[in-house]
Amino acid sequence: MKLSDSPHPQAIANSTEMLSGAEIVCRVLKAEGVEFLFGYPGGAVLVIYDEIYKQKAFSHILVRHEQAALHAADAYARATGRPGVALVTSGPGVTNAVTGIATAYMDSIPMVVITGQVPTHAIGQDAFQECDTVGITRPCVKHNFLVKDVADLAETLKKAFYIATTGRPGPVLVDIPKDVSAAKTPYHYPATVEMRSYRPVTKGHAGQIKKAMQMLLGAERPMIYVGGGAVLGNASEQVTELVRLLGYPCTNTLMGLGAYPASDRQFVGMLGMHGTVEANMAMQNSDVLLAIGARFDDRVIGNPTHFAAGNPTRKIVHIDIDPSSISKRVKVDVPIVGNIKDVLIELIAQLKAAEQKPNGKAIGAWWKQIEEWRSKDCLKYKKGGDIIKPQYVVEKLWEVTKGDAYVTSDVGQHQMWAAQYYRFEKPRRWINSGGLGTMGVGLPYAMGCKFAFPDADVACITGEGSIQMNIQELSTCKQYQLPIKVILLNNRYLGMVRQWQQFFHGDRHSESYMDALPDFKKLAEAYGHVGMDIEKPSDVEGALKDAFAMKDRLVFMNFITDQKENVFPMVPGGKGISEMILAEDL
Amino acid sequence: MRHILSILIENEAGALSRVAGLFSARGYNIESLTVAPTEDATLSRMTIVTSGSDEVVEQITKQVNKLVDVVKIVDLNEGKHVERELMLVKVRAVGKDRDELKRTADIFRARVIDLTEKTYVIELTGTGNKLDAFLEALDRSLILETVRTGACGLGRGEWIIKA
Ligand SMILES: Cc1ncc(C[n+]2csc(CCOP(=O)(O)OP(=O)(O)O)c2C)c(N)n1
Repeated sequence: MKLSDSPHPQAIANSTEMLSGAEIVCRVLKAEGVEFLFGYPGGAVLVIYDEIYKQKAFSHILVRHEQAALHAADAYARATGRPGVALVTSGPGVTNAVTGIATAYMDSIPMVVITGQVPTHAIGQDAFQECDTVGITRPCVKHNFLVKDVADLAETLKKAFYIATTGRPGPVLVDIPKDVSAAKTPYHYPATVEMRSYRPVTKGHAGQIKKAMQMLLGAERPMIYVGGGAVLGNASEQVTELVRLLGYPCTNTLMGLGAYPASDRQFVGMLGMHGTVEANMAMQNSDVLLAIGARFDDRVIGNPTHFAAGNPTRKIVHIDIDPSSISKRVKVDVPIVGNIKDVLIELIAQLKAAEQKPNGKAIGAWWKQIEEWRSKDCLKYKKGGDIIKPQYVVEKLWEVTKGDAYVTSDVGQHQMWAAQYYRFEKPRRWINSGGLGTMGVGLPYAMGCKFAFPDADVACITGEGSIQMNIQELSTCKQYQLPIKVILLNNRYLGMVRQWQQFFHGDRHSESYMDALPDFKKLAEAYGHVGMDIEKPSDVEGALKDAFAMKDRLVFMNFITDQKENVFPMVPGGKGISEMILAEDL
Repeated sequence: MRHILSILIENEAGALSRVAGLFSARGYNIESLTVAPTEDATLSRMTIVTSGSDEVVEQITKQVNKLVDVVKIVDLNEGKHVERELMLVKVRAVGKDRDELKRTADIFRARVIDLTEKTYVIELTGTGNKLDAFLEALDRSLILETVRTGACGLGRGEWIIKA
């Protein structure tokens, strides 16, 4: 026997170590450096829970509803950049989790979701708590697997982490039948996996990057439009460098907030349906548009026909990791498929080396035009009076937290006010459901952030409609002592619905009034937290300071706000983005 | 315009439903779809005939490519290719129609692969147009049932689509 034929001692240890599927799950999570597993037990995952009980590598977080487990894992991923991991049981555990999976999928969040399944011999028999998990989740995951043989489990889990975190990220689900989690197999966890059918691109095409550079330098009315892809791709440093190097205006989408610091003069605010006048006008009137990790969706550019027809000579450069995002809604002139960070590093290097410089005169004139739009001060609102304005609460929250909190929101008017008035300086601080628009994410999102960053300030800006969609998680917050600050902008309406009814449905408030609201202060207290009612504008700042001073308590702040306040500017659905309704128009 | 897409996909449970689900979820047309394992049993080859503008077909190609199980997708319309479809037709074949049906089948190079006293089953391969033409040539009232596989195709000559 040649020396090289003798098996490596480690390999022997690996191949002779017999582990159950459940033990493998725990080992893999440890190997992947998972800190938190958000989950909820049930029959099909009992074997896995038994192994969780015996290990110390990660903490299991017991939520009160599976949807919240998914949202919390999702927020952990958004805030840290590491994959979130969740575990739920078969049947109703899975169906409860679907909203959370779909929410993460729409915003391209890396997650690994482990689900229990009925034993393999019972699949297809309409067994107790059986559902076709792979079938139900197929359209809302990046990929999913049903593991029928325990020998495949370790490698499948490796693939799940690999697929979830590479390319355009997304949730990957692994469905494990109960007999598979009980069966034993020799354990080997591969360090890497190769898949011939999955090879995400990374490097952008150098020739395309050069074309982009030339187009950018030739621009007279340039605009840089940055989306969530820049946050997910950890490219905010490069975005900032590029924007400053060129001296061009920059806008962030709802998902991109924080990718470029909001306090910078070159930042013209968020764009889109509730974007600023200066952002939307510059977007519509630019001659060269650089899109970075953004997807021209309907809430951002409005009607694509209007967007194109209103400015047919505009040239578009689009950098994205996903080729299918390019030329999907808007025709692109210079597509660059690749990892945003790497592409920007190359683009910046080329720009620095180029002899040509931006056209100073034209850019100066362009900024003059933009400043004129900016001078409309489209985010101003009526202050004073004895009713609390929701915008004012967000502004004060920004002051009290020095603009440095993790801010989560639910969906509705409060979400837009949070996005408009909390000026995000850093990426991964603004955690919200942009794509699916899921009411109920706010509180579990705050939990995910607080687990990830226990010492940071975490605020959940919510509405009285949304908060009631996952209010049970106040109990989870009590169990794990999560000192989140809930900022309820209580307008006693499903405000965003009421706003659309006011504008587009003859002010008929069909089912948009929230009647029979609970006493939120008492409710918070019943869950073991601190509750506050705040009714006067003059109390807002003091209350916020008091709340944030309570470092170890969850404080539920019920702000009674102006019932009829609307979100401005607003681009009505189906219109072009330069067709904004402003507060002063009404 | 009509496009014929050729897809190499991992021969995994559920792979077909991923592709079919994508088409229905995004509202793309499927005129026909065929799938079977290749000479490499770990891979299946799928042929989808679809229609749409160039932009739509480009999106279809990108979206299908994004499916984790898909190894490769090629739009055969981008080059010279051959395509074939198989059809079986059962006809009422009695009296003088028996000879007439046989003659028509011969003209189209179709074969009678099953016969009873009263029926024929005729097999024909060719492009979809040829199959349509054959059906037109038959007396409608004699057609009892038809089944078609949908098109499958290959690039011509050295154009080889491999994993
Ligand atoms: C799960 C879910 N159901 C319905 C909607 C539709 N929707 C969008 S905003 C909104 C109203 C939200 O009301 P509230 O949470 O009180 O916030 P406000 O708009 O008043 O700030 C509704 C019902 C949604 N986004 N999500």
